[in-house]
Amino acid sequence: MADAIRTSGWAYRGGVLARAVAAIGGGYAVSALTAATIATWLPAPRVEAAVTGTLTALIVYPCAVMWCFAARSAARAWVGLIVAAAVPACALALHGGVA
Amino acid sequence: MKEGFRQSMAWLHTWSGLLVGWLLFLVFAAGTAAYFRDEITLWMKPELHAAAHPSVPQTVALGHAQTLLEGRAANASRWFITMPSEREPAVRASWMPARKKDAGEAKPRGRRRFESAELDPVTGTELSAPRATRGGDFFYRLHFDLHYMSPLWARWMVGVAAMFMLVAILSGIVTHKRIFKDFFTFRPAKGQRSWLDAHNVTAVLALPYHLMITFTGIVTLMFMYMPWGVQALYPSQDQFFTDLNNALPADAKPARRLAPLAPLAPMLAQASAAWDGAPVGRVTVNFPGDANATVLISRQAGRAIGYDQPTMLFNGVSGRLLSSSTPPGTATETRSVLYGLHIARFSNPLLRGLFFLSGLAGCAMVATGLMLWAVKERQKHAKALARGEGHFGLRLVDGLNIGAIAGVPLAMAAFFWANRLLPATMPERPDAEIRWFFIAWGVSALVALARPSRRMWQLLLALGGVLFALLPLLNAMTGGAHLGTAIAAGLWPVAGFDLVTLALGIALLFAARRLGRPAAIKKAPVTHVTAEAA
Repeated sequence: MADAIRTSGWAYRGGVLARAVAAIGGGYAVSALTAATIATWLPAPRVEAAVTGTLTALIVYPCAVMWCFAARSAARAWVGLIVAAAVPACALALHGGVA
Repeated sequence: MKEGFRQSMAWLHTWSGLLVGWLLFLVFAAGTAAYFRDEITLWMKPELHAAAHPSVPQTVALGHAQTLLEGRAANASRWFITMPSEREPAVRASWMPARKKDAGEAKPRGRRRFESAELDPVTGTELSAPRATRGGDFFYRLHFDLHYMSPLWARWMVGVAAMFMLVAILSGIVTHKRIFKDFFTFRPAKGQRSWLDAHNVTAVLALPYHLMITFTGIVTLMFMYMPWGVQALYPSQDQFFTDLNNALPADAKPARRLAPLAPLAPMLAQASAAWDGAPVGRVTVNFPGDANATVLISRQAGRAIGYDQPTMLFNGVSGRLLSSSTPPGTATETRSVLYGLHIARFSNPLLRGLFFLSGLAGCAMVATGLMLWAVKERQKHAKALARGEGHFGLRLVDGLNIGAIAGVPLAMAAFFWANRLLPATMPERPDAEIRWFFIAWGVSALVALARPSRRMWQLLLALGGVLFALLPLLNAMTGGAHLGTAIAAGLWPVAGFDLVTLALGIALLFAARRLGRPAAIKKAPVTHVTAEAA
């Protein structure tokens, strides 16, 4: 597997680091936002909404991690995450504004 | 692009697996053992092996427990009565002693000492106090709280490892182009290929299990790892958990007026009848002897997959039913089922055995994955190694591999030996047993890191194998029910423990012997390291 990807040099290492930070930190942020958004928007009893949001977040997180390492470049990984975070963030802000 | 995706997933699989592999091996091994937590505890209390346990109506057993508690724990703030089951033949009465002014509160959660007694459910006589031991609970706690460290940190570490594992599994599936074909492929004694095939077989064979157990493992602690959904709606987690567990509000208080407790047996009968005759698992009495006493009765696990059991709350003085738990909502039920799947308390002995085997496959999957990394890395540096140059990373991984894969079984065996060889009445006995687990493991890890060689693999595996294989003998010689009597008496938890440890011991010895024949492995083809094989 290593043959196709250049596995030396600072550019490569920096890219891996950027992806890892995106995956671990950014992925967590995206899933946390998802959890909060679903919890607030789901028209269900409180406890149900909170559990649904949390369970969904647990599925979003690993998918976000895989996206970060599958994207063609570290920059694209970050852009994807920011887009994915923007949707629940806006929904959350909207809810705060309405309520 | 497609190829690129699979390659980056292969990379992700390799590194996310390696980084947490050793911790995962410990977590898998301890979790697999914890399936038989009750059986292990029973084995580790040979004083209880002799008691005969014909079944008796639950109301009779509960009556005995109530008599004992009224005599001994009248001032306690709470009583817990665990009803006998197929796995735990004795009825256990425990109580939280009345809080003294100076004690309590400051101690971390779950550490407040309960006092307890075990009774023969038929006669009501107290069973001779068995030796103090953590028993199978040690493995259960080790599985997510680790040891010698704050449970909070441990749970985060285990959670991070579990998330890495989930990513490793998902990326492993993507990496695997020929998942079914490879499942039927095993090329023994071919070095790297054999490790790869073994990794594939153990991973794919139990793939649904691995996915399930990793995901549901995260679910068990998800409100700690991912509190944001709850935080968006609830001012405090306690309030959320009260809702989630359908529990008695935490602000219930004693009236501080004496009132005799009503007989518990009729309440048990009423609850059991409401659950179509299902047995009762646990009876909790809040403020016994107080005018505000309440009795919470929950169903015994084993009727449904879900973790949450239905409960009924009674007035402790009049004995009248106050409320029954309402059926949970969809999401709550989903979480309950996921949680229940992880701890598998619903399963019958056969299913539990399959869970155990899948857990062993999980151990093997992690172990072969770690081995595969080392074998591949060794080939990359074959020339340098042949010149006698060391390679720090490889040496470290080799040492950690031996320390974890051969060291953990050895440590478990040492724990069981300590259980029988330490004096039965020594003070702080449970901690001493646990210390032996870590002494054995620490020494293994140190010698493994000092000399990570094939000989070291053999030595530690063989030692663990001998210690495991001799456990049935140790059991017979130190007061336990040996295989002959246990099987004759139908005492399957004890007989099963002996048989399983014997089998594990033989397996470890076999592994040690295989490693003694390196000829075939040396001939392994070092030719093209295939990309698809990653």
